[in-house]
Amino acid sequence: MPFYVSPEQAMKDKADYARKGIARGRSGVVIQYDEGILFVAPNPSRALHKISEIYDRIAFAAVGRYNEYEILRKAGVRYADLTGYQYDRQDVTARGLANWYAQTLGTIFTDSPKPFEVEIVVAEVAQTAAEDQIYRITFDGSVNDEHGYVAMGGQADQIATVLKEHYADGAPLSQALSTAITGLAVQTNGDRVEIAASQLEVAVLERTRPHRTFRRLTGARLEALLTQAVPAAVQDGPAEVGAAAGGDSGSGPEDGGAADEGTPDGGSAG
Amino acid sequence: MDSLSNARLMTAAYLSAGTSSFTELLTGSAPELLPGTGTHAVSASLAADLPHATTIVAAAFDGGVVMAGDRRATAGNMIAQRDIEKVFRSDEFSCIGISGVAGIGIEFVRLFQVELEHYEKLEGRELSLEGKANRLGGIIRANLGGAMQGLVVVPLFAGYDLDAGVGRIFSYDVTGGRYEEHRFHSIGSGSVFARGSLKKLYAPRMSTADAVLACMQALYDAADDDSATGGPDVTRRIYPVVATVTADGYQRLTDDEAGAYAQAVISGRMSAPDGPTSPLRAAIGPGD
Repeated sequence: MPFYVSPEQAMKDKADYARKGIARGRSGVVIQYDEGILFVAPNPSRALHKISEIYDRIAFAAVGRYNEYEILRKAGVRYADLTGYQYDRQDVTARGLANWYAQTLGTIFTDSPKPFEVEIVVAEVAQTAAEDQIYRITFDGSVNDEHGYVAMGGQADQIATVLKEHYADGAPLSQALSTAITGLAVQTNGDRVEIAASQLEVAVLERTRPHRTFRRLTGARLEALLTQAVPAAVQDGPAEVGAAAGGDSGSGPEDGGAADEGTPDGGSAG
Repeated sequence: MDSLSNARLMTAAYLSAGTSSFTELLTGSAPELLPGTGTHAVSASLAADLPHATTIVAAAFDGGVVMAGDRRATAGNMIAQRDIEKVFRSDEFSCIGISGVAGIGIEFVRLFQVELEHYEKLEGRELSLEGKANRLGGIIRANLGGAMQGLVVVPLFAGYDLDAGVGRIFSYDVTGGRYEEHRFHSIGSGSVFARGSLKKLYAPRMSTADAVLACMQALYDAADDDSATGGPDVTRRIYPVVATVTADGYQRLTDDEAGAYAQAVISGRMSAPDGPTSPLRAAIGPGD
């Protein structure tokens, strides 16, 4: 028994549905620093990535439904590799890819009964920070050209407000990471210490690296960066002393978080 | 209308579950981009007059593998190019050299490079060295039709096996047959002379520098007897392309470094034009 549904209502229903789905997951942040672009997303999984390499100077970050953004990630790699093979490696641009994503997501939103519950960011690192490109593409195919920083996910607006307060042009990597974590803490009621290395997925596009600029930051390198980035808000001095001493200093701030909150996340990290 | 439907088709191909092979993506959705497709019957004389890449040598050493190629491309009896490059980085831990029809060979290399990177990005892991070697065999096999018409391309593949911790060399025939070579190998027009030379100069567990020098000597011997292989061009400072692959990854020698090896070979040959001789009565057999 078919009922009449006005187009306005149908679109609104789809949009609400997608927004709800996206809001269920954690948000992510993409932020520029002096030597490139930093990607940070809370993600306890080491294997199922939210942040990935697309091409030499282009990376992809997403929040929402894993299977859906994984389809988009793979499509992006195929688009980029085919374009680069057909023309030249320098002819693959974030702008072209963002347009392709926008068109594809827009078509899916209008044509398919169920929209993709995803929000993605495509970023390209250039020779100078001013030429870096960051595009945010939402479930309905709208594109935003961003500068400096961008948050994606259900709480993107709140996070962006915090990022705006803390963001500075040309900040070093540790400061950018600190800003990103402060922003992400909005979704855990401002409790930054809960975000431990094992709960974060962090990657960068490094401006000066030749050929493929994408690098994941994991293990000891991430721990060291976090001890530089986190102490400012956690406690006063001790974490910084720990950073200089090396060894198991990384567990210092995390232990504090586990003790305070008693969260399962903090417990497993400590 | 046609281009619109084509764009839709490409979008569908990108979004499909598909495989992690770039070649299969091309085969399915843009076959015209595959190297050697659309080649019609080529007369034997035309095929012979196309630029051909010549000699490549490779040798395993202690902790890696070295590959070197001369810089000449010939078209019939003419020198088509005197500074062509025939040895390439295929990914972080492997390299590829080509001999045969240069135009198609270079396209093969481009395709193979994208193939490896594509897999790595989609799957989040590198192919094993054997996986890479097999994939290259598949790419060569796809050109069998072209090869039958005289557009023959044969690669030499070498890489560092991260699991086994050794350098390995793979050779191919036009049907994509893959053969693992032990110690050293050579392909191309001057390969007979280069291999003979390497056979006498190669020693197991050589140092990197010795292996590079042995390859340089082998290329010199190839150029000495094969008109299609170019020797080191000291007046123009054009020296063989030399690449090593070790646990630290792919590294190409700079022109100055390669030039120093070439100069060493040339100055040695001023007094002994046929190069170093190996002992006639060796106490130990080779390869022990």
